[in-house]
Amino acid sequence: MDAIIQSIIQGLLLGGLYAGVGIGMSMIFGIVQITNLAHGDFLVLASFVSLFVMGALGLNPFLSLIIVIPVMFFIGYAVQTTMLNKVLTRGAEPPLLITFGFSIIIQNLLLYYFTANAQKLSTPLLLKSIAVTDNIRIPIMYLISCLAGVVIILLLSVYMRVTYQGKAIRATSDDNDAAQLMGVNIKRTYGIAMGISMMTAGVTGVMIGTLFNFYPSSGSTYLIIAFAVVVIGGIGSINGTLVAGFIFGLAQVVGGQILGATYQQLIGYIVLLIMLIFRPQGLFSK
Amino acid sequence: MSALLKVENIDAFYGDFQAVQQASFEVDEKKIVSVIGTNGAGKTTLMKVIGGTLAARGGKVWFADRDITGWPTYKIVELGLSQVPEGGKVFARMSVMENLIMGSYTPRARSGAKASLERVYELFPMLKEKAGQAAGSLSGGQRQMVAIGRALMSNPRLICFDEISLGLAPTVIKDIYARIRQLNAEGITIVLVEQDVKRSLKTCETAYIMLKGKVVLSGKSKDLTEDTVSKAYFGM
Repeated sequence: MDAIIQSIIQGLLLGGLYAGVGIGMSMIFGIVQITNLAHGDFLVLASFVSLFVMGALGLNPFLSLIIVIPVMFFIGYAVQTTMLNKVLTRGAEPPLLITFGFSIIIQNLLLYYFTANAQKLSTPLLLKSIAVTDNIRIPIMYLISCLAGVVIILLLSVYMRVTYQGKAIRATSDDNDAAQLMGVNIKRTYGIAMGISMMTAGVTGVMIGTLFNFYPSSGSTYLIIAFAVVVIGGIGSINGTLVAGFIFGLAQVVGGQILGATYQQLIGYIVLLIMLIFRPQGLFSK
Repeated sequence: MSALLKVENIDAFYGDFQAVQQASFEVDEKKIVSVIGTNGAGKTTLMKVIGGTLAARGGKVWFADRDITGWPTYKIVELGLSQVPEGGKVFARMSVMENLIMGSYTPRARSGAKASLERVYELFPMLKEKAGQAAGSLSGGQRQMVAIGRALMSNPRLICFDEISLGLAPTVIKDIYARIRQLNAEGITIVLVEQDVKRSLKTCETAYIMLKGKVVLSGKSKDLTEDTVSKAYFGM
């Protein structure tokens, strides 16, 4: 019984982080209508940027965010405004190919500079946990990662409601012709949206780097998680992404606990398949 | 004094199809001008060129003594040229109030947003009642009011209304036209793009009739008889 409760706790905590992994992708899906196939790779890129910053400046993973977040924003803004914006009017394939190209380029650049070795963003917090009962513990790093995921989603949600720029992003996703008539510079708005999406990838990338080993090729694992969260939650829905993250995290960890750890990945995707069969538009789609 | 808006010899295409051919018209400050024509006459295309959402292949657009041909839309809006597009094009998933706030997006309009919002609520009290409702849940006429309010929020010098009466009940149309005249009386220059010959002629001072992409007839509305207009309108 304790083991099940423990896995539920762990699943929920992981789920909060998964929601954070998915939110950036969901945003770009909903607003720019691009499937960012490099989302996972950008996330892993952020882990490596953090690794580099930690090494160069002697910072811990959390302080490295001060540099990782702006760097990721800049990368997102630049990729969108210099490349993706140029092909948006030519259908869905060209932007898809560009992001696919980025996926390959990032993986190989990382391989070149950091080799294929396993990396980790080390922090003493990884081994710490809060004891709830004798057999149930809350691992601190899982808790922090979950909070990070939930907080970026809440901040994003507030940003989208309160600020002019956030409203402009929503207006653009509703009707980009009309948004232009309001004086919104659409291409710049897309750039900012991608920059924000990359900031979320930056935060979650650093969290994942502290929890798990990562390699230059780890991106696809997180791309699939992001995909699953976006599909389960409904494209473009902020709340849906949050709930979907928890569902996916729970399914993986609790399922793994019951059926054995080797089935952990599989169970997540079975949940995804069931969703696609019974509610392909997602839980919270508008 | 030169005209506030001057459109000179515009040619516009969709692919190989020429939707507007050598179209010219001008609008003096604080006047109401109509551009009348059937479906497919090129009116909306011409409005898109003026607003900067479609690039013209030839010709020039002048606004407030500046050549705005080829300018991006957001700069044109900033200069004070606003549009109420065909069908309103409200942001369906955003609330009525958020729609209005979006209207004051330009840096020039932001500081006055609060006062503008009061002014819009005064003009359309219904919008205040429905401020928190999603704009997509409103009726056609109410959406047009949101669209007009939204255009006003940018504090414009000129508003183009594209097919404002399309698909609305006669009483609603009457109401909206009354508001347009009121806005004009407050000093806003108006361009009405319409299929409804009678109503637009009654409202405007000058009318331009378009057929198959060309301006085929123009004049003071009091000098234009309904008969000559219908002939030009249908190309007979």
